[in-house]
Amino acid sequence: MIAEAIHAEGLTKAFGRTRALDGLDLAVRTGEVHGFLGPNGAGKTTTIRILLGLMRADGGKATLLGGNPWEDATALHRRLAYVPGDVTLWPNLTGGEVIDLLGRLRGGLNPKRRAELVERFELDPRKKGRAYSKGNRQKVALVAALASDVELLILDEPTSGLDPLMEEVFRQVVAEERQRGDRTVLLSSHILSEVEALCDRVTIIRAGRTVESGSLEDLRHLGRITIDASLLRVPSDLAALPGVHDLSVYGSHVHLSADQSELDGVMRRLAEAGLRNLVSRPPTLEELFLRHYQHEEPVGAAR
Amino acid sequence: MTGTFALLRLVLRRDRVIMPIWIIGLTLAPVAYLSSIKAAYPDAAARQHYYDINVGSATFAVRNGPLYGSSRGELLAWQCGFVPVVVALIALLTVVRHTRTEEEAGRRELTGATVVGRYAGLAAALLAACGAVTAYGLLVALGLSAQGLPIGGSLALGAEFCVTGWVFAGVGAIAAQLTWGAGGARGIAIGVLALAFLLRAAGDSGSGWMAWLSPIGWAHRVRPFAGEQWWIVVLSLGVNVLFGALAAVLSTRRDLGAALLPARLGRATAPASLRSPLGLAWRLQRGTLLMWTIGVALVGLIMGGVARNIGEMARDNKAIADAVIRMGGGGAVMDAYLASVMTLFGFAVSGYAIQATLKMRAEEAAGRAEPVLATAVGRIGWAACHLLFGLLGPAVVLAAAGLTTGLAHGGSTGLVPAALAQLPAVWIVAALAVALTGLLPRLTSGAWGILGVFLLLSLVGTALQWNTAVLGISPFAHLARMPGEPFSIGSFA
Repeated sequence: MIAEAIHAEGLTKAFGRTRALDGLDLAVRTGEVHGFLGPNGAGKTTTIRILLGLMRADGGKATLLGGNPWEDATALHRRLAYVPGDVTLWPNLTGGEVIDLLGRLRGGLNPKRRAELVERFELDPRKKGRAYSKGNRQKVALVAALASDVELLILDEPTSGLDPLMEEVFRQVVAEERQRGDRTVLLSSHILSEVEALCDRVTIIRAGRTVESGSLEDLRHLGRITIDASLLRVPSDLAALPGVHDLSVYGSHVHLSADQSELDGVMRRLAEAGLRNLVSRPPTLEELFLRHYQHEEPVGAAR
Repeated sequence: MTGTFALLRLVLRRDRVIMPIWIIGLTLAPVAYLSSIKAAYPDAAARQHYYDINVGSATFAVRNGPLYGSSRGELLAWQCGFVPVVVALIALLTVVRHTRTEEEAGRRELTGATVVGRYAGLAAALLAACGAVTAYGLLVALGLSAQGLPIGGSLALGAEFCVTGWVFAGVGAIAAQLTWGAGGARGIAIGVLALAFLLRAAGDSGSGWMAWLSPIGWAHRVRPFAGEQWWIVVLSLGVNVLFGALAAVLSTRRDLGAALLPARLGRATAPASLRSPLGLAWRLQRGTLLMWTIGVALVGLIMGGVARNIGEMARDNKAIADAVIRMGGGGAVMDAYLASVMTLFGFAVSGYAIQATLKMRAEEAAGRAEPVLATAVGRIGWAACHLLFGLLGPAVVLAAAGLTTGLAHGGSTGLVPAALAQLPAVWIVAALAVALTGLLPRLTSGAWGILGVFLLLSLVGTALQWNTAVLGISPFAHLARMPGEPFSIGSFA
């Protein structure tokens, strides 16, 4: 088994004058659920299309399941299943027909699993494509992908349009896939709670470039720890302390975030000031995410 | 009706390119015809001769409608006999595009939730289509009277073109209420137009009353330059309002996004035939193929039936025989007529070939190609499955056309090869559509424009005896005129 199901280095892609990808790196280990995060237009869908061989990169190198996504597209596609972000169905085909068709085109699907998924997602497979709502179209694509026995699942914002109950079903199903250990999932999303719940590692991209990549643990180390403390007396030089950010003081109560590298110094200073109460919290993914997008000017972000 | 004006502006904004193009482009046709009539038939005697040889011809009656007299205006109006069909087609497509297509795409929901009345969308689409048609009619009248034709007749010819536009805008509006999809609505409306054409053709080449059943027949009976019948113009406006109101009533009988014709539940699993890209292409294309095959088979029956009458008429009238032979080229009158019918089939089936070929682009544009190509289906294989219908589909449709024409004409299957002889030109049109899909995917509808140019060269260019190098641009000019001429590959070199 290859160590990395997906490996991309320095991918570039321009549409006319807009640079959709600008040196993007992505590494997904075999058997993991990998979160692929970025705001709208960051280049997630473009990257996925390149990995699927539906688009050719202008530059850089991509390997998918050990093969070249453009050259070996059809052979590789037997080993993966894909759920597009915006699912459109054939208006005159029923959902059940689409599930079977896509499964067969991929080389077969597991009928038992298909029936189980149709039931769990509460999908009526007899309706025609045009009669489904957005969430139901999404379910059709999800069942078609998840019912296939493939090595790699590429899911592009798969829960958009699903109601919270169905989102929960989706999480359970992906969690089961993860426990099997032989399936790799690339999950593009901007629902951070979903990524936090499901993913082993994440890659955050912005304006066509990878800005952060690693396990959630690793990323948390890069982020800031949020501290709420009640002090006997508030030191006046707190704001000037290295590594202290977003300081606000309400009477004897302080709220701040601190760089993890400077945590030791900050905590000493707080302890000196007479701690009465302390709550500290590791950075959430949302904070990591927002930090990357709010503190920098956008550079030619485009889809 | 609140918000109609705002929606009308949206419609005009979206059609800001296509609308002026068709209005001006289609104005050029009668203006160019008029100059060529002036040049080719300078005096009354020449025009009288032209009139004499054409007036009794059933073939020309099928194509152009009745010829009322030998004045410049009358000859012009007759030569423009096909224009009402084109205007009708544009009008109905415009209305469906801004009603059912919007609704199917979910954009109607977006606008419908704003301060917009229930009928505003329908009203805006009808106003835009009818407004454009009326502007076109006025422009024609202006252009012709500027060239020295009587103002009354010029206005009447402009009005003749509006008659079908107004009526079929209403037909489009009704069709848009009947089906779930825009494709189905277009199919119904175009089917009504085809029926109207057949009724008119049958009426004009045989018993006159059948033409009165057809709005296209009404248009010709406005009689521009030949004692104008203005009441027909008023009648068609009335029909337009009536159809519009009917569509509005129908639209309140159904829900947003729904149709009057109900949708049924389908099967929960795919049949065994749906297991390959070819199976999918068959599923997506079979309806169109079937409709076309039935459609041309019916037209073939009528055309073949007309051919019998022609044989009898030609025996009595030498002028007709001469005219048909001059048009056709091959020996006998009958062969010449049948060959021109086959040419018409060639053009019609080219339309099908474009439709079948561009299905591929439609799939891609709608995002339905993506999930298929993400499976173990290669892009070439996927395209080939659709192209199969662009290539073999026309062969099936043409064979059906030849078969029924031959059966109705003489009870033989002998016309099938003559119909199939059109295939090379049809394939060239399909190939151009494929090339556009590959090279300029946003301009694939240009394939229809190319077919339009070929049709213009064939209908107008041949009649006006343009330079053969110009006429030779059209692949249809290189086909063997079967029956009559032997088939030869060489003419394509």
